Amino acid sequence: MTFKRKTRSFVRTNMTFAAIAALAVAMPVGVASAATAKAKKSSVVHISVVSLIPGSTQAAFNEFDNQVAEFEAANPGISVKGVQYQWLPATFAAKLASGTLPTVFTVPFTDGRSLGNNGQLANLTKYAEAEPYYKEFNPAVIAEGIDSKKQVIAIPTAAYAQALSYNRQLFSQAGLNPNKPPTTWAQVEADAQQISQKTGKTGYAEMGASDNTAGWILTTLTDALGGRMETGIGGAAKATFDNTAAVQALNILHTMRWTDNSMGSNFGLSWGTSNQAFAAGQIGMFVSGSDVYTNMVQADNINPAIYGLAPIPTAKTKNAGVLGGGTLAAVSPKSSPAQIAAAMKWINFYYMSQLVTRKGAIRNAQTLVKDKQPVGVPELPVFDKAIYNQDQKWIKPYINVPESQFAPFNNGIFSEDVIPEPESATQSIYGDLDSVVQAVFSNQSADPASLLAAANSTGQSSIQQGNAS
Amino acid sequence: MSTIDSMTPEVEPTRAVPPPSDRAASPRPGRRRTRTPLTWVREGGISRLLFLLPLLVVFAAFSWYPIVRLVVMSFQQTNEVVTTWVGFQNFKEVWNDPLFPIAVRNTLEFAGLALLFGYPIPLITAVLMSEVRKRRGLYAALAYLPVVIPPVVAVLLWKTFYDAGSTGVFNTILGWFGIPPQQWIQSTTQAMPSLVLESTWANAGGTIIIYLAALTAVNPELYEAASVDGAGLWHKIWHVTLPQMRTVLLVTMILQIIGTAQVFLEPYLFTSGGPDNATMTVLLLIYDYAFGNSLGAAYGEAAALSLMLVAFLTVFSLIYLRATRAWSDE
Repeated sequence: MTFKRKTRSFVRTNMTFAAIAALAVAMPVGVASAATAKAKKSSVVHISVVSLIPGSTQAAFNEFDNQVAEFEAANPGISVKGVQYQWLPATFAAKLASGTLPTVFTVPFTDGRSLGNNGQLANLTKYAEAEPYYKEFNPAVIAEGIDSKKQVIAIPTAAYAQALSYNRQLFSQAGLNPNKPPTTWAQVEADAQQISQKTGKTGYAEMGASDNTAGWILTTLTDALGGRMETGIGGAAKATFDNTAAVQALNILHTMRWTDNSMGSNFGLSWGTSNQAFAAGQIGMFVSGSDVYTNMVQADNINPAIYGLAPIPTAKTKNAGVLGGGTLAAVSPKSSPAQIAAAMKWINFYYMSQLVTRKGAIRNAQTLVKDKQPVGVPELPVFDKAIYNQDQKWIKPYINVPESQFAPFNNGIFSEDVIPEPESATQSIYGDLDSVVQAVFSNQSADPASLLAAANSTGQSSIQQGNAS
Repeated sequence: MSTIDSMTPEVEPTRAVPPPSDRAASPRPGRRRTRTPLTWVREGGISRLLFLLPLLVVFAAFSWYPIVRLVVMSFQQTNEVVTTWVGFQNFKEVWNDPLFPIAVRNTLEFAGLALLFGYPIPLITAVLMSEVRKRRGLYAALAYLPVVIPPVVAVLLWKTFYDAGSTGVFNTILGWFGIPPQQWIQSTTQAMPSLVLESTWANAGGTIIIYLAALTAVNPELYEAASVDGAGLWHKIWHVTLPQMRTVLLVTMILQIIGTAQVFLEPYLFTSGGPDNATMTVLLLIYDYAFGNSLGAAYGEAAALSLMLVAFLTVFSLIYLRATRAWSDE
């Protein structure tokens, strides 16, 4: 009888396991059903939004939470959850692919139209066009948020121009006038050599890492000398790497690197490491965005006294200009219509009110001051110059940056033409140019013209691939 | 047969004749037993399945599903919002990408250099250490130390060594001998050997420990017999040590080849594939396809190249195992 008892025992055990398993499966379903029922009863729309960069102070997060509370009080049907966020290319791509971006997030100008053309951003057209500020946008700026189907897929919240950051202390040590930064590339070359010889520091540094930054800065120099790396838009765009201005820009770099020996020894700088090296007093001059001072304060503990900002020297030719950039607020395409409407209200409240209303501008400045972040860093007008000037007046009591050291930039930038970034496959175009810059930095006999000609076909392939979908 | 099966009465060796009521369930000699869902349940199938379930779920979620997804994605063009089937288009685009032959060439260069330097150095070190009478444990610990250092920390450390300025660690040492500063990882010709050097330093410790363990398994009588025959140190190593370690040597070699074919960490952290694509490897190219720019739109190409790498390594491993079977069976 042992056998029979054993068999029954197995059957009983199996039945018990089965019952437990069924219960385990059923429980979440039951909980989910209850949750669904509860959600159906509630009409609250839940959205997640980017808050502050990781590492921000508790005071800043408290201020952000206060803004969320104010928004929720004004919009009882919307619940907002803040998510710490910093746009970085690789992590953004992973979050985009995995669908873990918040409902409202920010992207640089380089990505807005491409993401929109790929169907990766929600259509905001009817909401944006209904806003009173929409018609006041600087046409070149709002163009960054409109895709090839003429849909508004992102709202510009900030704009900057590429600029020449320079170390006033090293200028003085080298016998140069820190109030008179270079205005031509010949002067940049001469000043870099003088700084290098007199101080032993890097006279002029340039990003050379394989993270699209080398190509980004080469494009900046090319635009400043009157060339373009790309013409046209979308699938009809053409790579034009092999233009004379690009050759000229690479020849300048080649001379500083190999003849003047004024570029130091590190040719693999990226955006972050060039900021670090500059803040540490190792670099005389380098090209980056006009708002880069913010990061140097946040991350690199820069001594404000050493910082100076000037416009990029531009050639006296018709097409020469300053490459621009900026930030867009966008909404996840997986959002429901109610979430998109709620997201647009948040964008208006959090991003746009600081640009067009006194209350919003002051609230944002107070948050930045509490977070020990700079207020008053040079930007380009998102709207027209009058609205920009009004905004600057509102925040004047909170400005905590050395304004006089930004004067060369502020006095010169508004007379320059701001050139938008290459429209088609922007990041890929920059990536294709990375290796050209690196070849000039690593090979003394490199021929800029042939390097650009070879890279041009790769750039054209990138444009085709970027518009294949 | 599983433990649970061995407990079932049908095969219980001590029971000569089952009780009459159980005879129907017993297998009869020469007759194939019919298996039904009920017999599966009665034999404890559900409990076996429940015991296996966590493992199956974990493997399915983190191994099998990603593999299936990879294969599917290699035939799609997708940005995870819009997905279209493109057949073999992704494979064609990878094949026609000018970076593909560069990445393959660089990967082969890394694997070749690693095989040339990274493979014999741990072996020689282990053999020499096995000959040391005192403080062998200390030497083993020192050799293993780089493995304990987190790879990212090790790379950051070596980046300061490779500083191209005259004050860089290696350039300072070279300066003592009147050699001018080198560009190291910023030079298209020196970058890859620089990565191999760091990689060898970082990974040799693990292999040394394996070789030391294998050396302890060599029968000491063989060395004594060799000594009687008049063999010196070199002859003992050549005729006793290496043949006795051949199975381990073959396994570590294929593991190293597979590992170096998938090199990613060093080029990613040191150079991001530069300068001028001099350290662009196959795995880094896969990463660049998927995440190289913030749009990350080339997941299909990334999946296709991943599959191509898997196929190559599978074929290579089979050929390698077949080619070396005779030696390992000796």
